[in-house]
Amino acid sequence: MNLSPVTRHPSLLYFPGCALKDQAKNYERATLSALATLGYEVKELPRWNCCGTVYSLAQDDLMRHVGPVRNLIRAQELGETRVLTLCAMCYNTLSRSALFVQNPENLRRINAFMDDEEDYQGGVRVVHLAQLLLEEIGEEKLSQAVVKPLSGLRFGAYYGCTLLRPKEVAVDHPDRPEVLERIIAALGAEAVAFPERTECCGAYLTVTRPDIVRERVSEILLSAGRAGAQALLTSCPLCKFNLEERRPLGAPKIPVFYLGEALAWALGIEEIPEELRKSLAGVMR
Amino acid sequence: MDEVQVKVKPEMVTVYIMGQAYQVPAGLTILKALEYAGFRLVRGVGCRGGFCGACATVYRLPGDYRLYADLACQTTVKDGMYLALLPSTPAERRPYDLKKVRPAGETLLALYPELGRCVACNTCTKSCPQKLEVMDAVQAALRGDVAKVAELTFDCLSCGLCTMRCPAEIPHYHVWQLARRLYGAYLAPKAEHLHRRVQEIAEGKFAAELDRLMRLSQEELRELYKAREIEPE
Repeated sequence: MNLSPVTRHPSLLYFPGCALKDQAKNYERATLSALATLGYEVKELPRWNCCGTVYSLAQDDLMRHVGPVRNLIRAQELGETRVLTLCAMCYNTLSRSALFVQNPENLRRINAFMDDEEDYQGGVRVVHLAQLLLEEIGEEKLSQAVVKPLSGLRFGAYYGCTLLRPKEVAVDHPDRPEVLERIIAALGAEAVAFPERTECCGAYLTVTRPDIVRERVSEILLSAGRAGAQALLTSCPLCKFNLEERRPLGAPKIPVFYLGEALAWALGIEEIPEELRKSLAGVMR
Repeated sequence: MDEVQVKVKPEMVTVYIMGQAYQVPAGLTILKALEYAGFRLVRGVGCRGGFCGACATVYRLPGDYRLYADLACQTTVKDGMYLALLPSTPAERRPYDLKKVRPAGETLLALYPELGRCVACNTCTKSCPQKLEVMDAVQAALRGDVAKVAELTFDCLSCGLCTMRCPAEIPHYHVWQLARRLYGAYLAPKAEHLHRRVQEIAEGKFAAELDRLMRLSQEELRELYKAREIEPE
């Protein structure tokens, strides 16, 4: 494959987040190989810390923003103005903290507390993989890079909450998003629409109220199943966990993959899993 | 020639020990200053060489908002220093069977779930007398990188200062000890040559030679020692 770098800034700063280094290693591996193939020189943010995991809704809880803002400072120290996230949760927390410190009073107090770091100036944008693929690389270049089109595969794009809410950080229209569907189409697959694609999976209630999560997951899977999805694509490790591990008996067993995995399949970097290849018999072989 | 008696009056500084002012000679360590002031230390003191971590202490300086943390045996007094005695840091070490736990993040989090309360405030790092990157170690624990935790905390003295200061109330030094044990038991490359040598000893390979040495007289041992092979310099 002969691909020239698709960007004028082939170096790309990357914030992994804890799950990408532990439970979701496959998401990181697949995506980073795919981005390298697309011409990016991805470099991991040095000395990053946890994004904060859940954005704090308490107005006076400044301490919860120290972690996310510290990551933005690490990017600023390198003279970077953007940082890539693959995890939807990290994207949400970091973006919202970046928004939080756009308020000068919040910024002043956070900087005063962090007397061990240089002051944050507020100039780092958090970018999610879906945004990078569509806004910077674009559907045309993306489909040109595809060597193994995923044609015949029917994916349900599962957004969940963190890519879309609140609307200030949404990667697309919060009610009628289409970014994931457009990426799926660019990879040669079919994106099936299903009404529950933007519903919450139950998120952290998985710890204290798994019964609620099972209910949510059941609705999502039934909805996706009715629409004919063979697999779901997500960019959130927690959504994936819930959709797989909290699936109640009777709900359709639809496999869940990461967006970056589908990307790596289409770019010919990783093998399409057996369970999908089987359902594609005659199409993909 | 007459000896000239010169009485050098030591330069004195004022320190405040638990609110009370004391004049102590400049250049003393905090530990010695406490003793100079008359305190007899039975806790919060140990090796006096900066290795054991028992004399962890906190202090403030006039006109400075920071609460400094350091080892009392390694820090010299400054004029106007506010000192306190800090006998120990209470923290619970959770029980585990090293043979039954996995060298993974889940082990650290299962035994010390408070790790998840870290907000990356970095107070732990700022309080470390060993200048370790304590917060980075907490973060490595959260992402399941046991080897990194072991590496970052290798020089930890278990003084407990980070544990005392942590708003997430993490008992750091117990977590670090667990991580290093996991590393040693499961992740560190095995020293095969050591294993082989231990086996040789167990099989009695050196027993006869040792017996022979044990039966020698002191004189014979001395001769043997003189005649030993030495690597050329």
